[in-house]
Amino acid sequence: MLTTTIISGLVLGGTYALIAMGLTLQYGIARIMNLSYGEMIIAAAFLAYVLFGQWGVNPVLGLLVAVPLGFAFGYLVYGLMLRPLVARAASRESLEIDSILVTFGLLFVIQGAMLVAFGSNYTSYNYLNVGIDVFGAVIAANRLVALGLAVVAGGALYLLFTYTLWGTALRAVAVSPRSAPLVGIDVNRAARFAFAIGCGLAAAGGVVISTYQTFTATAGVVFTMKALVVVIMGGVGNILGALSAGLILGLVETFVATYLDPGLTLAATYLIFLAVLLWRPAGLFGRSSR
Amino acid sequence: MNIISRRSALRLIALATTVLSAGALTPVSAQERTSVKIGYALSLTGPNAGGTGITTLPNYQLWVKEVNDAGGLEMPDGKRLPIEVVEYDDRSSAEELVRALQRLATQDEVDFILPPWSTGYNLAAAPMFDRYGYPHLAATSVTDKAPEFVKRWKKSFWLLGGGHDYTSALAKVLVDASDKGVINKKVAMISIADGFGIDLVTAARPSFQEAGIEVVYDKTYPVGTTDFTPMINEAKASGADTFIAFSYPPETFALTQQVQVADFNPKVLYFGVGTAFPIYAKNNGDAITGIMGIGGIDATSEKVADYRQRHEAATGKAPDYWASVITYASLEILQEAIKRKGLDREAVSEEIATGTFQTVLGETKLEDNQLRDLWWAGQWQNGQFVSIAPADRPGASQPIIPRPERK
Repeated sequence: MLTTTIISGLVLGGTYALIAMGLTLQYGIARIMNLSYGEMIIAAAFLAYVLFGQWGVNPVLGLLVAVPLGFAFGYLVYGLMLRPLVARAASRESLEIDSILVTFGLLFVIQGAMLVAFGSNYTSYNYLNVGIDVFGAVIAANRLVALGLAVVAGGALYLLFTYTLWGTALRAVAVSPRSAPLVGIDVNRAARFAFAIGCGLAAAGGVVISTYQTFTATAGVVFTMKALVVVIMGGVGNILGALSAGLILGLVETFVATYLDPGLTLAATYLIFLAVLLWRPAGLFGRSSR
Repeated sequence: MNIISRRSALRLIALATTVLSAGALTPVSAQERTSVKIGYALSLTGPNAGGTGITTLPNYQLWVKEVNDAGGLEMPDGKRLPIEVVEYDDRSSAEELVRALQRLATQDEVDFILPPWSTGYNLAAAPMFDRYGYPHLAATSVTDKAPEFVKRWKKSFWLLGGGHDYTSALAKVLVDASDKGVINKKVAMISIADGFGIDLVTAARPSFQEAGIEVVYDKTYPVGTTDFTPMINEAKASGADTFIAFSYPPETFALTQQVQVADFNPKVLYFGVGTAFPIYAKNNGDAITGIMGIGGIDATSEKVADYRQRHEAATGKAPDYWASVITYASLEILQEAIKRKGLDREAVSEEIATGTFQTVLGETKLEDNQLRDLWWAGQWQNGQFVSIAPADRPGASQPIIPRPERK
């Protein structure tokens, strides 16, 4: 019973971590609070649905299409819509407000396009919906893929950020965007990359989630909210923070559902969220504010 | 204090005369009317867009298209007037819905208003329909309080029964099966902590108690739950032969997949909203054979089969197996009542309440402003969601219990 709970909790947490990692990059490094993040996830889910339904492309291969597309989309959006905001922003706060407004608008544009293209129906399809025995717990294979992807993407990004010059530059921008140019870092380029990688991750999340979760064109905000909780809990801009916060949330929800009451899962989520914020206001892995 | 210039004063007077003369002309133009204005406010975007897009909007589109293709709505004098649609999106907000209804009644001055989708939104809309004197044909509202509502709002009509109807019918199906010795009298049930789930589970507890069914697991889960593994494991361990989930579509779909993954094969599986959606069959194939849920259609009725075909041809998607056909029948009732009484809303409401109508459901007559001839439970058999309760109503199919094991 205990192992089953731990394993299904980790698998659920993998989904949360997966959807939160892109947002943490966008908010932490590019300093864009991307409210249309959930819509990007849904758009990728629809892409996977079309690829799978029309051409029979397996969603894991679909990632090869969706992630570069997401990256390119993010790169364009940042260049066209967000760069001007960054250029004119007087302070970090004003950029945050502006970016919230702009991405709020973008949310409706993406959502509207999806409504026109796909209508408002519930969409889902069956892929890898088979049970796999993991230490005695039966887990859906598609959810395992999500957990695997979260761990691999999280681990890879962590290594990149820690051990490469390019990653160090991105972290420098996250820590101090004003001082980074002094050591020759192109802040604009770094932010644009971080935003685009975030969109790529959103696309990856969308493709994988579409294999086991029902979605509609208007369901994006649910993902944005969940991702936001994980991001704040893990520490803004911290990949490992997002990964561990996601896993913790998944474990807490599953434990509460199993040993207390399924009705208390939401309450437990926000309780642990509050507890973390009281204990570490900057999030689990966040540095205290500058 | 503002000084009113002569120019703006003139403009005001000109505007006022235009408006007033237009007002004075209205009775004349009413006699020469060339169309019937039908308005509706639906959740075209937002969280309710999914359900609206399956059950409500396509039926409105189908009906308007069919009526207009036939030359329009027939009036008592035999003349036909085409329908002119005024459509608003309430963006899945009840406040927005109420505003839009107000606008339809006072500014657009539509002749009739079609109701929104879902129980909650119809309850929110009912006072507005009442205030402006429009008949309210609530075709997608499940409520046990309908007898009270029709006293409060005289022109309201409740066409989808109440939670207690559905759960008592389910209890009867289970008792019949356990009397035959095919299942035990234990039930494990979960429900969503939101409108529909709360209503149904509150109705189910007494229904099961009266029927002598023991509820061995009874938990609620919050909106947005995606992983049901803990609940499925508990239900599996509970020894119940019946697993019930009063769920919304996203969870219905998730549960359907997750019981397969967990290899959970109770003899009776019953899910909530979404079970009757055509996409449910499309996505899950044979795995859903034997799954029960709310609603169902008369598999023997040619009229229903014909309706389903027309629906798919006109809107490109299949209707659901529960409220779609009721929604369409409500429009047929409205159409026929207009044919008999014209555009007088008072007379039309009276006719809807007392008249007998030929609809896709057959001969239809409301009792105390409610439709009571309904299918309370259905089951997926041979790729159709057929009705199994009430078992003594003509057109009912035999329930298959225990449900066939998945291959």
